[in-house]
Amino acid sequence: MKKMLSKEMRNFLTGILFILPNFIGFLIFTLIPVIASLVLSFLKWDLINPPEFVGLNNFFYLIKEDQAFWAVLKNTGYYSLLVIPGTIIFSLILAVLLNAKLKGSVVFRFIYFLPVVTSTVAVSLVWSWIYNPSFGLLNNFLSKFGVPPVAWLSDPRTAMVAIAIVSIWTGAGNNMVLFLSGMQGIPEQLYEAAGLDGAGPFRKFFSITLPMLTPTTFFVLVMTTINSFQVFDLVYMMTGGGPNNSTRTIVSYIYETGFEFFNMGNASASAWILFAFIFILTLIQFKVQNKWVQYYDAS
Amino acid sequence: MMRNNTFEMLKKILIYILLIILAIIMGLPFLWMFSTALKDPSQTFVIPPQWIPNPIKFQNFIDAWQEANFGTYFVNSAIVTIATVFGQLLTSAFAAFSFARLKYKGRDVLFFGYLATMMIPGQVTMIPNFILMRYFNWIDSYKALIIPAIFTAYGTFMLRQFMLTIPRELDEAAIIDGASKWQLFWRVIFPISKPALATLSVFSFIGAWNSFLWPLIVISDETKFTLPIGLSIFKGNMVSNYNLMMAGTVISVIPILIMYCTMQKYFMKGIAVGAVKG
Repeated sequence: MKKMLSKEMRNFLTGILFILPNFIGFLIFTLIPVIASLVLSFLKWDLINPPEFVGLNNFFYLIKEDQAFWAVLKNTGYYSLLVIPGTIIFSLILAVLLNAKLKGSVVFRFIYFLPVVTSTVAVSLVWSWIYNPSFGLLNNFLSKFGVPPVAWLSDPRTAMVAIAIVSIWTGAGNNMVLFLSGMQGIPEQLYEAAGLDGAGPFRKFFSITLPMLTPTTFFVLVMTTINSFQVFDLVYMMTGGGPNNSTRTIVSYIYETGFEFFNMGNASASAWILFAFIFILTLIQFKVQNKWVQYYDAS
Repeated sequence: MMRNNTFEMLKKILIYILLIILAIIMGLPFLWMFSTALKDPSQTFVIPPQWIPNPIKFQNFIDAWQEANFGTYFVNSAIVTIATVFGQLLTSAFAAFSFARLKYKGRDVLFFGYLATMMIPGQVTMIPNFILMRYFNWIDSYKALIIPAIFTAYGTFMLRQFMLTIPRELDEAAIIDGASKWQLFWRVIFPISKPALATLSVFSFIGAWNSFLWPLIVISDETKFTLPIGLSIFKGNMVSNYNLMMAGTVISVIPILIMYCTMQKYFMKGIAVGAVKG
């Protein structure tokens, strides 16, 4: 009888058993890699020769000496500045239009969400074709208005903008759904009361909808920021970082450093710097939210 | 009152116009993709662009499937995706049950650890994971694509949140009937979680089917390429056969389109669930 495990012990074992497969995977493919990555960033290793401990040298090199690293940081920042406001505004417009709940909105919502589920690789190929200077849809359309052909993806001045446009096109549907959800949470009475006070649609939008949407907008802002800093697929497929490295982003840099030059230490260090950027930006956004986000208490 | 009605109607017309323009912007690239995939090269490089292919060249798809190996890529993608989806559903459901229903020491600390790692971008872990794949000798194999992907903190999180909303009375009824924890899971909680499982499987499918960076890193053997990698050969549009490229793109997009058409509501629900609660 003494062999019978206590109830606590049994509960503990059952709990562990259920979680074991998941936990082992978590340990091997997430937890340990995170720690390993940190260790790697203090090493110099090309996978062939034995690793060499270099302390913080990788970080110093990246921050102090590597022009290429700062260039990609700048490019990524530029990209984010284009994509974040662009996505928020565009998704908001889509959501407002769909929120009117006109007949047939379901069809429109279906179409607007299509780009979200399509793979970025596929999207890149189609848009590269659309951006084709001689035969692409875009230049053809613009030529009807007398605009001369633009070399969207091969002109350093326009390449990043071109990619940003595709990014906004792809992500808008996702954020549109979020905004729609948020809008559906706004109590009708507010609009009715405003209407009685003589407010027109624009007034209602700016005085009621936008402020009440600030929590959703905050969420969209945080997620879009995190995602835009991690952009890779689009850039890799559409321009490969060119022309003149004008579209090379942080993750492109990490990819090339780690898997083309096999400089594991540098690649890991840059990945951690990327994390630090994202983390700090997110932290700032959270701290600043008190200044503009209004959480409505449904009482 | 008459003025109000006209105003309302004008508003509606304006909204419809905008909706249609935006639908064109969002949908035209897809039409263009299908159109080019069905064309002959002679009709592809023309100004002004021609929309309706004449004749319609289905041969492009056959060529893409066979000569351009998209058939192989499709099969690879299918195997990896289906295995990943099942794997994710099962491991996440087990773990979520453990977090949501079982009590044991360290449970909440562990869960918080899961959440914390969701913040770390994949780029941090992909390098050690690559080294791990080399060490296990999994490079260029399905294992490298499936096994690391099966474990998802996001899926565990989502299912746990859902399971927490299942009324405890059901648990109690089952326990009174003498059910073990295993039976409680398999006969009660798991079946009731179907909506959350459906949503997870939808996102899981899309994530696995469209996955690009990781397969790019661990697969260099062309026979094991998944569709996104196969397509990436066409990058930069340095290509002699645009039509073939677009046919390949259509092939890679169709399963997602079908899944999207049939499971649309799970998409919308899944996205909204994460958000409004912040």
